[in-house]
Amino acid sequence: MTETQEHAAPATAPRRHLGVVLVWVAVLGLLAIVGVGLIRTQQGPAGVGSKPNPFTLRAFDGVEYNTADLVGQVVVINFWASWCKPCEQEADELEQAYQQFKDQGVVFLGVNYVDTEPEAKAYLERFGITYPNGPDLGTRISQAFRIRGVPETYILAPDGRLAHVKIGPYTSLDEIAQAIQTVQAP
Amino acid sequence: MRKVGILLLGLGFAAVTLAAMAGRAAAQGPAPSDDEVNAVAKQLYCPVCENIPLDVCPTQACAQWRETIRLKLADGWSEQQIKDYFVEQYGARVLATPPAEGLNWLVYVLPPVAFLAGAFLLFRALRSWRHAAAAAPSAPAAPTSSDDPYVRRLEDELRRGG
Repeated sequence: MTETQEHAAPATAPRRHLGVVLVWVAVLGLLAIVGVGLIRTQQGPAGVGSKPNPFTLRAFDGVEYNTADLVGQVVVINFWASWCKPCEQEADELEQAYQQFKDQGVVFLGVNYVDTEPEAKAYLERFGITYPNGPDLGTRISQAFRIRGVPETYILAPDGRLAHVKIGPYTSLDEIAQAIQTVQAP
Repeated sequence: MRKVGILLLGLGFAAVTLAAMAGRAAAQGPAPSDDEVNAVAKQLYCPVCENIPLDVCPTQACAQWRETIRLKLADGWSEQQIKDYFVEQYGARVLATPPAEGLNWLVYVLPPVAFLAGAFLLFRALRSWRHAAAAAPSAPAAPTSSDDPYVRRLEDELRRGG
């Protein structure tokens, strides 16, 4: 081998190794991104015992409710939509539960999920719902709770932790009352 | 004088009527056609049903969203304003084309980079195969009787025997 060839061989070997390393870094980085995405989709809804980040709900009447300001109270968060037929099954019961517990420091918040405002307001009027309801702008609140559909109900304990999760509609007023009373109990 | 007064009154009434009609026409505007609505809707995806464009989604909710688009178009909203409204309401995932921000830019960069990388690797492979074929040593020539001592010996024995 000539001197020129001896100098050329060492120069190309590190460049090739660097290229291989870069390709592997890119591939592993992509796999990591895909893996994180898959883990997130498999996580399921927010679990009992977790502490969801505080959020602000701007109700249809313009009043804002921040869950950080509601610490110390039981908060019932119900996700619904006007196009959701199962939501209609629990609408009356939720309003009755609100009337029953509103003087006991229990706050009801209705989060309207990917809906249109006229239809949402018509739904509220149709079922005579009087507790605060507002749109989930950008689906940020539903993403924070990782909901899979509607209706879903999450009850926060006075310390802000998630104390009760209900996937699907409540079947009776007693079921709602029992869930709230369980959370109220120390 | 009286005829002039009646004429002026009639002209004034006509002017007021025309002004009112013009005002109504400006406020209402022509109703957007289905094609105009779908031209915007096909750039959006149903926020609930996965991977279904809004213009072909058959659900009641999608019909409501298309109606929202129709109302916004009738109010003079531009296509971009309507898309921004839907993003504000339902999140960026409703867009058929994700915004190039955050990790979304990978969607635009990775495919052409992967294509170019693949083309480069294929070019390198073809070139190396061609060089390997050109540099391969030619097959050794068949030994002649003068080269191979064993062939010479065989020929000698055949001559002696024949």
